[in-house]
Parts: sequence; structure tokens; C-alpha cells
Amino acid sequence: MTALAIENVSVFYPVAGKPPVHALQNINLEIHEKDFLVALGASGCGKSTLLNLIAGFMAPSEGEISLNGRVVSGPGADRSVVFQKHALLPWLNVLDNVAFGLKIQGQDKDKRERIAREFIKLLGLEQFEQSATYELSGGMQQRVGIARALTSDPSILLMDEPLGALDALTRERAQELILKVWRDTGKMVFFITHSVEEALFMGTKLVVMSPRPGRISHVFDLPFSRQYFESGNAREIKASAEFIALREKILKIIFADEAGAHDD
Amino acid sequence: MTDPRAPNGSSTGKGLLSGLMKAKPAKPGEIYGVPGQGESLRISAVVIVLLISLWAFVTYAGFIKPLFLPSPMGVIDALFEVMREGFTGASFWEHIWVSTLRVFGAFLLACVIGIPLGIAMGMSPVARGIFDPPIEFYRPIPPLAYLPLMIIWFGIDELSKVLLIFSSVLAPMVLGARAGVKSAAIEQIHAAYSFGATRWQVIRMVVLPSAMPEIFTAMRVGIGFGWTTLVAAEMVAATSGLGYMVLSASRFLQTPVVIMGIVVIAAIAYAFDHLVRFVERRVVPWKGRG
Repeated sequence: MTALAIENVSVFYPVAGKPPVHALQNINLEIHEKDFLVALGASGCGKSTLLNLIAGFMAPSEGEISLNGRVVSGPGADRSVVFQKHALLPWLNVLDNVAFGLKIQGQDKDKRERIAREFIKLLGLEQFEQSATYELSGGMQQRVGIARALTSDPSILLMDEPLGALDALTRERAQELILKVWRDTGKMVFFITHSVEEALFMGTKLVVMSPRPGRISHVFDLPFSRQYFESGNAREIKASAEFIALREKILKIIFADEAGAHDD
Repeated sequence: MTDPRAPNGSSTGKGLLSGLMKAKPAKPGEIYGVPGQGESLRISAVVIVLLISLWAFVTYAGFIKPLFLPSPMGVIDALFEVMREGFTGASFWEHIWVSTLRVFGAFLLACVIGIPLGIAMGMSPVARGIFDPPIEFYRPIPPLAYLPLMIIWFGIDELSKVLLIFSSVLAPMVLGARAGVKSAAIEQIHAAYSFGATRWQVIRMVVLPSAMPEIFTAMRVGIGFGWTTLVAAEMVAATSGLGYMVLSASRFLQTPVVIMGIVVIAAIAYAFDHLVRFVERRVVPWKGRG
């Protein structure tokens, strides 16, 4: 069953005295139920633009995006976003941050705290319920952001480099946590990353994008997250020959795009 | 400079200039090169004691006549005298009470009007288009220049006094709140909209709380402007107030009362500034850490 459909979407910005800049050209993409789609690419390839289009923060110049048959025309609670940083509210404690979306939706205090606690538990934040967010480490802050995004029971989670600001060890643990949350909740995920290893490990489907104009250049189906659920050993999967071969192949594609950028 | 562990060159006491020429070595527990790092309270205490000693010295030694600069004791005597007998028919506390009421009344009014106005200007190009020209026009004009207009329009009673002080507090409040709108990260705003927030909810639940640190700074600047304008406001048809006391004392060459009044104004303003800082630490403990 198709859930999110991106059809012939283009985005261009007018530039004074020059031809318009094509941020995205003719994107066609479908995200199905239980897909974990990862977008990867050199800087300027339009991954974030694509996420902003799905979230409804931007409108496409051409084409259409629809979720469960309804055309996306603005932000909405059926599409929750996890940002890279700066998205928590430092004047609220962890519990109130997680419950923030429910408060906006007018849920009463008892109900929103009950739902918030459910996701606080899922993300392993029970001890930090009353903590100030600025006292938490970067990894813990991202957990709060993910818990908050889940409270509105969205159809799809949009993650814009959620682990980009974390140190390497925390990042690997966070990857496994997000995978478990994805498996337990069954949400569709659209996940942006700069790390090829992260992309391969987490996704069920990988979309490699290229810049100038921003477009989808390759699509791969990925088996690694399923393997992880079977074996539970993330490092072993990341060190397997199959994984490394695909990693090098994709790095080659991206390096070629970067090199092309320097010829301009 | 007296640290025996300091290496050669920086311990030879060449004064402030050598500090500019050469970076200081790192001390344990400090991070190298942080601007303004270190304790300044002791230096301030020494400077205050030195200034008062200098003041006492030049007045007691007779270098300056008491008419121009009375001695510290003369000022304290003036304080006790006014506290005992009042000044021109009003008690000392009444002078303080009247002025405080005018300044704080004007300040509260400026908060109530200025903060929503500044937020509106930060949020809406229409509000900005409407209010930017008048505010930018009157903001740099010294209140003394439009004092006559205030009197013609609003009379010589309390209204024109409070309005004059209000006008000097309003501009910094508006500018502070307007700048504060920009403190909300776009991610925070987008997060709220993603949950289906209305524009009004975003303003109330994201923009306003994010702007609080800037608003507190604006309050501190604004109330300072208010005290600055107090003397001008009490120039016309006042019978009490600290500004009035200073002005009329100067007409009768009662220099000790003039200086006493200035010190009292400074003390109240200083106390209030600390109160605001105290509230700020309670209300926005996340300032600079969000």
C-alpha cells in the first residue's frame, strides 16, 4: 500500500540576472508502510529541501506530494519532524517537552502526561522526566526530540540528520535505538544523513541524490537493518564484506558528485 | 601581577599596557584566552574606597569649596536632615515614593504596551511597516526637547510626567521585544507548526518564551532610561519627587542635597537592576544555554 507519494516534484528559486536555480528536479518517490527510507548525497543535492517539502515547510514549484491520498499543503501532525538540533524548548522540562505537541492539540494534562510518559519510557528517559533539557547530553536531547515527534502518532517520521551532532559512540547506540523504535512503532521513516555507514545500516531503502540540479540518481534496497534485528550485533554487520562493498560503491558515487562540484 | 608562578616578562609589573601586548599565561582551572576572565569585585571595592577617600581628601583639605563639592559627611548630614525634616514641605519618603511611583508606573505601562508591540513588529511586516517610522522618529530625540509639547498636550499634572518617562522607556522595550522574536530557532517554530499549532499558539508558546532573555535586558535598559528622564519630568509644576528635590536644591545652592538626591536615585536604580537580574535568573535559567 502506498502511503507517501512524491510525483514529478521540482523546486526552483529565481535568481536575479541568472537562470533559476534548480534545487530539485523531477523527483518521483514512493514511501510505503514500514519503509525506512534514507536520503544520502553530497551537500547541495536537495535532501533537506525534499524533507521540508514533505513536512510542508516549503511548497514545490511543480508536482505534488500526497500522504495517504491527501495532498500536502502545509505542516500537519501526520508528519512529525525530528530536527538536528535547537528544536527543544529550554523553558520546559523533559516531560513537558515531550508533551508539547499534545498540549498544542488541546489534550488535557492527564492524557498528555500519560502519552508522554509512554514514549519517555520507550526512549529510556524515565530518570530524566523532570530534568531541564539543556542539562542533558546531545544524545539524550535527541531522544527527547524523537519521543516528542512520536506523541502525535504520525504516519511518517521525518528525521533531518538527527544524529549529525553526536559523537561517534553515542551515535552508534542512537542508531540502534532508532531502529528499535521504528520496529516497535511501525512508522514510515524518511531519514537524512551524511554518513554512508549510517545510511546503509539503518535504511530498508536508500536514495542517493546528486546536486546541480538536485535529483535522485540511484535507489538501493537494503537488507542490513533486518539482519541486525536477527543477530543483534551492529558492528558485525557493519564489518561484513557485503556491507563494505556497498559502502565503497556508494562513496564512489558521492565522491564523483563532489568532484563534479569543484569543476564548476 | 603578584603571582610568583607567573613566568618572566609578565610579572615585572609594567601595568595595564603590558597586558595588552602579551597574553597572560594560563592558570589551573581557567581556560586560556577567555575574554574578561577573572574576578573583578575586589578591584571595584578598592576603586570605590579610593574615590570616596579622594573626595574626602580634596574637600577636607579645602582644595574645593563646599558650595561646589561638599564633603562626604556634608552629604550624609544632608541626608539625615532631609530624613528628619523633609524638603520643601514633603517628607523624604514622600519624595522617594512619588518618584518611584512615576518611574515604575511609566515602566509598567511601557512593558504592557511595548512588549506586545515589539513582538507584533517582529512577527508581522504590517505591524513593522506601521510602527517602525514613528518609533524610529521619536526614539533619538531627547525627552527634554518634547517636554514642552507634552505639557501643551497633556497639561502639567501627573499625566504629562508619567507620559514623558513612559516615552523614554517605551523605545528600548519595543526594540528589545522585537529583537527577541528572532531568538526563537526556526526548528522550534517548525516543530510547533508540525503539531498543528496556530500562529497565535506559536507566538504564545514558542516566540514569547524565547524572547524573554532579550525582554529582561530591555527592561534593565528601559528602567535606566526612566530614571534618566525623571529629573526632566519633574522640572515643571512638581511639588515633590527626587528629581524635583535635586532641581530645587540646586536653585538654592544646596549642593549637599543635590548630591544626596543623585546618590539616592542611583541607589534605587541599582537595587531595582539587581532585583530584575534576580528574577531573570529564576525565570530564564536557560539563558545562553538553550
